[in-house]
Amino acid sequence: MIIKGNIALSENGFVFNPATGDSYTINNTGKEVLILIREGKNIDQIIDSMLGKYDVDKTTLERYLADFINDLSVNNLLEE
Amino acid sequence: MDQRKVTVAVTGLNNIDSPGPGIPVIRGIRESKVFNVRIIGLAYEHLEPGIYMRDLVDKTYMIPYPSEGKDALFKRLLEIHAKEKLDVIIPNFDAELFSFIKLEKKLDGVGIKTYLPSIEQFEERNKSNLSAYGEKYGVHVPAGTEVYSTSDLNNILRSMNYPVMIKGKYYDAYAANSFEQAVNYFIRLSAKWGFPVIVQEFIRGTEVNVVALGDGKGNLIAAVPMRKQYITEKGKAWGGITIEDPSLLELAGKIIFQTKWRGGIELELIRSTDHRLYLIEINPRIPAWVYLAVGAGQNIPEALLMLTLGMEVNPFTRYDVGKMFVRYSYDMIVDLELFSRLTTTGEL
Repeated sequence: MIIKGNIALSENGFVFNPATGDSYTINNTGKEVLILIREGKNIDQIIDSMLGKYDVDKTTLERYLADFINDLSVNNLLEE
Repeated sequence: MDQRKVTVAVTGLNNIDSPGPGIPVIRGIRESKVFNVRIIGLAYEHLEPGIYMRDLVDKTYMIPYPSEGKDALFKRLLEIHAKEKLDVIIPNFDAELFSFIKLEKKLDGVGIKTYLPSIEQFEERNKSNLSAYGEKYGVHVPAGTEVYSTSDLNNILRSMNYPVMIKGKYYDAYAANSFEQAVNYFIRLSAKWGFPVIVQEFIRGTEVNVVALGDGKGNLIAAVPMRKQYITEKGKAWGGITIEDPSLLELAGKIIFQTKWRGGIELELIRSTDHRLYLIEINPRIPAWVYLAVGAGQNIPEALLMLTLGMEVNPFTRYDVGKMFVRYSYDMIVDLELFSRLTTTGEL
């Protein structure tokens, strides 16, 4: 799972895809996930990293993460 | 560096909700460090806003409508030239380009330069020739045909799925969802722009445009792609952003190279939902959003002026991605005296 190289992510959670001109705003949790993906972490590593920080059980986190990654893919932000 | 003094006449001062390119072209030229320009506006209507933008346009003259023919236009241009010593004319309307192209040699003969495509290039990219154009140059284009009557329209629509695009000869386009709507738009567009009216397959996707400049030898001098962010009811971009899409630049380069296009050009494209790029229209002049290209680092109006004057222009190699334009409207207060002077003397 790799974020497209030219995707810009700003400090305040603004995501810009220069290839299409699309932009999005994501919350702090989304930004954290995006940074972890960009660092090359896989889904298990992202779950491990977030479980200790948030008051959430593993099943719920997996579901949220799958939804979010699907959103990234649908919006053309991940390498195919 | 000493700036070269030039007098440039520009049309398209209709900076209205569906704006002409004149004012953005002038802004680009005014920002040039190469030129010290005197701008002469050429207007068809007394209320074209650019006439009253005195910080941008030094003087304006009324000129005859294209329907009056090229001889009437040439006569009027000679009168203006006698007073202003024009160096260059930059026409910005599709509907007037035919006359200006035909007058190119005569204008050159009296010392006025233009930088326009040939009649063949101009006709070839016509909306009604788009299918043949796509085939010749290997570009995806929507299926389309020209119609001259409602019975033509009826026959064509039997083999097409709704919505379909109904387009005027020069300007305006509507998506029709039924035969009744299509007929309505056909009547409206033929009354306004004449025949043919073009019926085109509707392509779903994202609208992207490219402004480019060709040197007539096949070289792409400038090109900036833009994604429309906000589109008015008339289909005009009210906000847009420069994007990084090598396939758009590649297509612009291919078209300029293959056609040896001379002058400014706008490619209107749709990136379909299955990621195919469709060319839906080619406008044979600089578009009204050209100032975005200037803001992104490619002063295309200045480069066009340099080419027109026979100066060497190095092709642009970069532009800023993620640069936006947001259009706005602005009410100017104009004294009646200015308006009356323009309407009675034909100049201001």
